Amino acid sequence: MKKKKIFFSVILSTLFIFFILFKGLYNQNYYIPKNTTKNLISFKAEDFFTKEKLTSDQFFLNNKYIIINIWASWCIPCLKEHKYLMSLRKNNNFKLIGLNYKDKENNAKQFIKKNGNPYELILSDRNGTISIELGAFGVPETFVIHEKKIIKKYIGPLDQQNIFEILRITKK
Amino acid sequence: MKKKFIFLIIFFIAIFNYSFAIENNTKLENKISKNLRCLVCQGQSIYDSNSDFALSVKLIIKNKLKEGKSEKEIYEFFKSKYGEWILFDPEINKKTIFLWIFPIILFVFGGYLIFRKFFIK
Repeated sequence: MKKKKIFFSVILSTLFIFFILFKGLYNQNYYIPKNTTKNLISFKAEDFFTKEKLTSDQFFLNNKYIIINIWASWCIPCLKEHKYLMSLRKNNNFKLIGLNYKDKENNAKQFIKKNGNPYELILSDRNGTISIELGAFGVPETFVIHEKKIIKKYIGPLDQQNIFEILRITKK
Repeated sequence: MKKKFIFLIIFFIAIFNYSFAIENNTKLENKISKNLRCLVCQGQSIYDSNSDFALSVKLIIKNKLKEGKSEKEIYEFFKSKYGEWILFDPEINKKTIFLWIFPIILFVFGGYLIFRKFFIK
């Protein structure tokens, strides 16, 4: 009787632990900040071409969707998502902004020249601080922003499915 | 002569003050970066890591301290951007209460078992 009890309790606890871990396996823990007024995005950045100092209020127009894509010429996955970004180029529903992350200026210019420029505006982030301000981990990363709030965050290169999703979100 | 002497003293005080201020800041910087998790590395703190992410975070800590932000404000800033996961010390709230209380429960339960075995027969 006692043996049986131990046997069942071992099996039960194993199953319990298994299910908890199994459930956690597919949990994405991408953190999107709570949309309170305290967490509105604002930062200062430099225009990539003109070197003009801009504040985020200057290009965050109120009711327009903003898509910020963090890229670098040294980042291989960025090359992979570039063709998808090019397909987003001519769209009036949103503004596509590129954030050049820890890059050499000449290399970045070469990259744009060779692969095309999908961005309406490119900002440079020489030391990576602006990306942190956005809550990014690295490159490539894409943010969909509306009324200065992050509503969607893609970590890693975009694929066709993500593009459909972005188009669907920004259509509203 | 006296004037010169006073001037020298003021000069030295100024220099020492400055270096003390810098030293205090770097100490605080290290402390803060030790309490933050490097999110792109495995089990390292920002202080230990040399990844691009960690380097940028260290730079931000430095800038914020220069701006006169307090340690707590800096933790709040990172928490608002990356969630609680970035802090090594989990806060006590609804989600983590079990984590905090479980060791105490185990301890009390174990104590009860021992007590029962030795004192109640």
